[in-house]
Amino acid sequence: MFDTLLQNLLNALQWGSFYSLIALGYTLVYGVLRLINFAHGDIVMVGAYIAFFISSLLLGQYGMPAFLPGWAVLALTIPLTMVLTSVVGVTLERVAYRPLRRKGANRLYVVITALMAGLILENGNLLLLGASRKKFPEMIDKVVYKFGSVYVTNLKIGVILTAILSFIVLHFIITKTKVGMAMRAISYDKFAVPLMGIPIDTVIVFTFVLGSSMAGLAGILFALSYPILDPYMGMSIGWKAFIAAVVGGIGDIRGAFAGGFILGIIEIMVVAFFPSSYRDLIAFSILLLILTVKPTGLFGVAQTTKI
Amino acid sequence: MKRFNVPILLVVLLTTLMGLAWFEVIDLYIQTIVLFMGINIITSTSLNLVNGNMGEFSCGHAGFIAVGAYVSSILSVALFTKSRTFGAPLLPPELAAYGFPLVLIIGGLAAALTGLLVALPSFRTRDDYLAIITIAANYIIISAIINIDKIGGARGFMGMKRVIFAMEKCAEIPWMILWVFIFMVLSIIIIRRYMSSTYGKGVEAIRQDEVAAEIMSVNTNRIKLVTFMISSGLAGIAGGLYAHTIGYVNPKSFDLLKSTEALVMVYLGGMGSISGSIIAAVVFTLMLELLRPLQIIKWVAIPLLLIIIMQFRPEGIMGNRELSDIFPRLKKFYKFK
Repeated sequence: MFDTLLQNLLNALQWGSFYSLIALGYTLVYGVLRLINFAHGDIVMVGAYIAFFISSLLLGQYGMPAFLPGWAVLALTIPLTMVLTSVVGVTLERVAYRPLRRKGANRLYVVITALMAGLILENGNLLLLGASRKKFPEMIDKVVYKFGSVYVTNLKIGVILTAILSFIVLHFIITKTKVGMAMRAISYDKFAVPLMGIPIDTVIVFTFVLGSSMAGLAGILFALSYPILDPYMGMSIGWKAFIAAVVGGIGDIRGAFAGGFILGIIEIMVVAFFPSSYRDLIAFSILLLILTVKPTGLFGVAQTTKI
Repeated sequence: MKRFNVPILLVVLLTTLMGLAWFEVIDLYIQTIVLFMGINIITSTSLNLVNGNMGEFSCGHAGFIAVGAYVSSILSVALFTKSRTFGAPLLPPELAAYGFPLVLIIGGLAAALTGLLVALPSFRTRDDYLAIITIAANYIIISAIINIDKIGGARGFMGMKRVIFAMEKCAEIPWMILWVFIFMVLSIIIIRRYMSSTYGKGVEAIRQDEVAAEIMSVNTNRIKLVTFMISSGLAGIAGGLYAHTIGYVNPKSFDLLKSTEALVMVYLGGMGSISGSIIAAVVFTLMLELLRPLQIIKWVAIPLLLIIIMQFRPEGIMGNRELSDIFPRLKKFYKFK
């Protein structure tokens, strides 16, 4: 009994890591711009596809000779994917969000634009690559460690460690560096910050780079763990990660990190003890309860408003 | 005379539509598009009440549509037709024509009660936290429907076409066009009257500043409760009409994509403008059908088109104005309360 619980907990940590990584991207952009970037889930999908193409290229599937061993391919794929995915994210910001922001459009119109951008990414992918699903190549051999009757793969450990590590890095950037301070400042007062000589657009682009590279990372890890890619894979996990971010208290990266793991643990535990079709029902009811009891999320602070 | 212009226009429109359908001038395909237009008008105006007028961001409208669709379909199938799930009809099928609007309204009431799922948390939360609650509510409703095996679960629920056939046994007229039209006009009137009532002023006050409104003795909780329930109730009626038009409902067709569609219609039309929502619903439905030959390209073209519209007109087609604000001369010809 205890072993099953431990095994499930490990699975939940892995599943929660994806949510956490995606929620971190959501919360970064939200914290700075107060914009729900609904295209974020689809950027994860784009990240997974970019990783697929890079790794297939390096493994010699498009006529290029394969001269690298699997681990080196993985080590190259991760940074390249993060860079290319953040290019996609920044392009989205430049083309779709920034003009609207300049015009002073209502915040919700930007949200709708983000939703539409997500649809374009999904269906554009379907149009370009066709409906057949892609099989993500295996780059490293699976190693299974056994502790008592609990099985752990190297991939699982890698995913959980990556999520924790990227949280620490982000936390450092936000709290200790100058750019992080500028990000917090913009979130605090968007109008006073440019007056202090802080280049607001640069900071926003940097935010998108950070958020989208997190999405790219989540895309690779997700594709490594569940190696079937399809254009709609990002949608549902994106929405759920957003809910996780809000339950943690959106705008605070500790909240996103914790919220992702909470949602992961709830989902896996529900599946472990109930029929799997009850997953959404129970998971979201619990989240709804959390939000009803603590309306600003776990780490959120109630804001005072001037009238 | 001014008072009667709009009713006369509506009656003429309805009789023309029904006449065209009756003499088979327009085929079933075009009839379905017209029906969808009416249903989409109900959906967008009802969502506009919450998102446009009250300034909340509800993205789970499809959940309420689903409740209305399921409740009214189950009731009408159980009451008026012989089905494998519910056995012999509980009432004589001849009553279908009279019972159908009642069934729709019961579906709407059920959806309004589900609206409490969102309305009660909205007392303490707002903005994006409320947006999340609506998304979660949508997931919860869909997931609950999937888990009730008696009504088909994930397989969906069908048999509503037989209700239509039962209605046509009474009188051979295009019933769906009649009911969609009546409920569409009814819901527009309800929303219009609600917004010009004292409650409507409270809704406007909540949009502008909730705290200030509360200080000025607006009972914000009560107004939110009523507004959410009206909005979700009308969505439920739209759902019932949708289910009976298609003849088949599936929980998957009420997911967040459907909510997104409703959101697009509201923001395309302009927040807080009833005529904007109506125009956007018509334009959007037409756009979906006209671009159908493009197949998958359609789903890239439509979002792209919408993004471009947003870039050039970031306040939607109508902004927050009504038709009579843009063309003041129209006021001479009609009066619509």
